Amino acid sequence: MTLTERRPLPPDTAAAPGQAEETATDTQASPWAIEAQKLNIQYGDFHAVKNLDLRVPRNRVMAMIGPSGCGKSTALRAFNRMNELIPGARADGKVLFHGQDIYSPGVDPARVRRWIGMVFQKPNPFPKSVYENVAWGARINGYKGDMDELVENSLRQSALWDEVKDKLKDSAYALSGGQQQRLCIARAVALKPEVLLMDEPTSALDPVSTAKIESLLAELKTRYTIVIVTHNMQQAGRVSDRTAFMLLGDLVEEGDTRELFLNPRDERTENYISGRFG
Amino acid sequence: MSGRPDPSRAGFDDRLDERKAKAGRWKAAFLAAASLAVVSLAVLVLSIVDDAFGYVVIRYAVNPAELTDGRELAELTDGELLELLQAQAPARRLRALEREAPLAGRGHDELLSLIEAEILKPEIAAAYSLAESLFDKRRIVEESKAEFPDGYLSFRSWLSPSFLGSSLNAKPLSTGVLTAIKGTFLTILVAMATALPLGVAAAVWLEEYARDNWLNRLIQASIYNLAGVPSIVYGMLGLAVFVRLLAPLSSGAVFGLAAEGMEANGRTVLAAGLTLALLVLPVIVISTQEALKAIPSTLRASSLALGATRWQTVWHHVLPASAGRVMTGAVLALSRAIGETAPLVVVGASTFLTQDPTGIFSPFTTLPIQIYQWTSRPQPEFRHLAAAAIITLLGLMLILNAFAIVARQKARAKGNPS
Repeated sequence: MTLTERRPLPPDTAAAPGQAEETATDTQASPWAIEAQKLNIQYGDFHAVKNLDLRVPRNRVMAMIGPSGCGKSTALRAFNRMNELIPGARADGKVLFHGQDIYSPGVDPARVRRWIGMVFQKPNPFPKSVYENVAWGARINGYKGDMDELVENSLRQSALWDEVKDKLKDSAYALSGGQQQRLCIARAVALKPEVLLMDEPTSALDPVSTAKIESLLAELKTRYTIVIVTHNMQQAGRVSDRTAFMLLGDLVEEGDTRELFLNPRDERTENYISGRFG
Repeated sequence: MSGRPDPSRAGFDDRLDERKAKAGRWKAAFLAAASLAVVSLAVLVLSIVDDAFGYVVIRYAVNPAELTDGRELAELTDGELLELLQAQAPARRLRALEREAPLAGRGHDELLSLIEAEILKPEIAAAYSLAESLFDKRRIVEESKAEFPDGYLSFRSWLSPSFLGSSLNAKPLSTGVLTAIKGTFLTILVAMATALPLGVAAAVWLEEYARDNWLNRLIQASIYNLAGVPSIVYGMLGLAVFVRLLAPLSSGAVFGLAAEGMEANGRTVLAAGLTLALLVLPVIVISTQEALKAIPSTLRASSLALGATRWQTVWHHVLPASAGRVMTGAVLALSRAIGETAPLVVVGASTFLTQDPTGIFSPFTTLPIQIYQWTSRPQPEFRHLAAAAIITLLGLMLILNAFAIVARQKARAKGNPS
């Protein structure tokens, strides 16, 4: 699959877990879903992300932690070129997806975002019906299959189907905050993306809704690679396989989550996870 | 704790009474301002209504009572009316009327109005305001009897169905605003049909696409300034461009559609509508930009994150969500356009039209122009006509605004189902 030319969608990676693994091994040129190389991001004079080298393993959950303003959200948004929407933001360096730099000329950000989806901090469904929220993205991306089936599958994957199956025609705004956030996840997975970027997806939710989304992540990682930015270290510990700790724009340490929390290599990581700052 | 605060909490003097007194004074000032505004509006409405109704003294060239031996004209049969007309009207006029259409074939109402126009020839000898008519009736009766012994005193509503339904003519008793209403309607239609799509498109470009650089900042500043340019300047521009330069286009000559017998040399509904479109364009651009700014960026982000293009984002999400506010801006623009007079005078509104406008290539007059002309006539009856036309204009404005508000509510309901 390439990002610069128009091609049909790849085989249905979201159909069943077994199949997903097959196609995953199929396209596996490298074990990394996303690979950032010497990524620098600046907002005007502010250097938000410095020389980031980060490899995100396929079909795993990677958590990005760090204090406010450390650049973790900025780095996340750079992985599908959403940072370009912020006036004055500049990125240089490389972000490789299937071996191809998403910042190279000729790559359309719309195609990048279609394969690398995003879930935002605050639930932001469209002011449309529940059904339309899920169907819209698939429709504009030329989905040819059975739309009803896709909507149902996507809602099931995001553990929302049972709660909304009788109100698909209702406004998405009538759902609770937690349901809205799961609808946003359904909306993203309806495109059958390869990677899901989540920017503090539970920070605006109550503990019950948070728990639902956290347990959902374990399901989702069988089909998608997930990168989640979180303020909450316990959350990172609970949901992620690998964790990256950032501080003042630098990647301090990246490693197996348990390893990083139990035996941090860097003193700054230890200070942060033991709650001495941040 | 005792009544006195302990020393560590000292250092405050809340002066609550003083603050409350000050708050009270400001509250009174705000109330006074609001009342003054309401009172001046009431005075405005009253002064218009005062002129729009009242007693009039009508004099006839031939006394209607003598004409029919005391019977009401309307009671006569068609045959009797025809006889009357043939007996009393000058032969030359009869021949002319006969040539237009055979007199015998005309209906009751038409014969009545012919008798009125050809024989009775009513004229207004005096007109009184509503206040005088209500509170000083005795004086009016005495005065009119003394001054106009052959006059008929009657209460007249200057605003009447026949006033709304009649085309412009020179006689105050039978003239109407239909010509001006049609002109206003057509002009506004041209103006909004041009300015709304253009203005919204420009706002979308400036708000959703344009980068923040000196050129776009210059364009933005120009638009703000254009919104404040006096309307007469737009009139000059319209005259130079739409009337003079584009005369073949605005008169319809290039399409072979120039209104026959009423060559307008470019001074047409189209030229006037386009001039008004220029005038309201900045208003629409600015209000649409404000509407787009009010849409949270998260809506755009969530659309773009699904791989949508900018255009899909704008078309499917941003515009529907802002449609209500866009319509509000359009209502404001419409209200401004409908009341404009100066630029239309410059563009060449006709001072006296004998034919209603039939399309965008017709010469035009509009309600404000008509009001302006009637108020500048010295005869007092035209003041009353102007008052009736003002009420018509306000009514038309309310109706158009009501339509726009309904459209806005529909757009809101569609943009946000919650």
